[in-house]
Amino acid sequence: MVYEVPKKDGATDPEVAGNPGGFPLWEVFIRANRGLNHVHAGSVHAADAESAVQAARDVYTRRSEGVSLWIVRSTEIHASDPDGSDAWFGSEHPYRHPTFYELPDEVGHM
Amino acid sequence: MTPASDTARVDTAAVDTAPVDLVLAIADDNLIVAQRLGELISRSPDLEEDIAIANVSLDHLGQARSLYTRAGEIEGRGRDEDDLALGRDERDFRNAVLVEQPNGDFAQTMVRQFFLDAYQVPFYDALSSSTDESLAGIAAKAVKEARYHLERSSSWVVRLGDGTDESHQRTQAAVDTLWRYTGDLHERPAGGETVVNSGVAPDAEPIASTFDATVRSVLADATLDVPEDPYQRLGGRVGTHTEHLGHLLTEMQWLHRTHPGAQW
Repeated sequence: MVYEVPKKDGATDPEVAGNPGGFPLWEVFIRANRGLNHVHAGSVHAADAESAVQAARDVYTRRSEGVSLWIVRSTEIHASDPDGSDAWFGSEHPYRHPTFYELPDEVGHM
Repeated sequence: MTPASDTARVDTAAVDTAPVDLVLAIADDNLIVAQRLGELISRSPDLEEDIAIANVSLDHLGQARSLYTRAGEIEGRGRDEDDLALGRDERDFRNAVLVEQPNGDFAQTMVRQFFLDAYQVPFYDALSSSTDESLAGIAAKAVKEARYHLERSSSWVVRLGDGTDESHQRTQAAVDTLWRYTGDLHERPAGGETVVNSGVAPDAEPIASTFDATVRSVLADATLDVPEDPYQRLGGRVGTHTEHLGHLLTEMQWLHRTHPGAQW
């Protein structure tokens, strides 16, 4: 059995956020435990924020993956330009890592 | 009279069936709705809903399994969860007639779920104080699942009812169709009052009024009308079902009945 919603003659599905005929896309962030950061887990389609949080709960936390969820509209994510990634991320600065000196024992764990 | 039937008669009379029937009623509500929701797996409107419906179905199935095991223990005749779920006939099922109703369109599926959730939350909440410690434990775990189910189904009912003209009309039609089956949720199998008096089962009245308040508040938010027709189709708790249950059981039980005791 498949749910089919009849349409009026000539009617088409509305295009929502570049997703023809469907709900807008939301990015899902999960916090696995108290004290950890929310980490991107994937995305869901949903009509509004409340439904998106519920969909994210059902799709991404079925096996106790988290204790907290954030969702954000995918259109609100602004990304760096992949074509410029060499200029942005390609140069090496090994001296910026704190690996060129020895820690005195008294410092303990850092 | 043959000795065999004589034995069977004595056996039945010796067992107080009221507590067993009561636990079976709760278990059957869960099993039958789990089967109905299972019919939608891979057929939901979208991937998110497909997984969500499967989650809800599995929650209900898990509750049914614990409850069947407990019913078998109380009965003390060696029947396990499979015997009780897959070896009984239509007239032996004690589920409310609501849960056996077909999925219909998405609105009908969600309204059926909403009515069940609005009943199960206060029911499990009260059952978690049962004098039967096993039942109290099962209920304390189940009420958490039921609360999430109710949150989800009521938000769908509001979105559909207060959505487009089409979704409003379909959801109101679902409410009108299913309303007459909701009274059966609050019915109890024969001898139910003795189970209440012994503290095993909660009193039905406060649960019914919480159900009523939840339904009226959500339907009002959803701009949907509560049907005025007072007719209620009862009988599921004593085994008098609508025509849909037999078909559902046929599909659900055929494998077990064709190959009893089959293993993977």
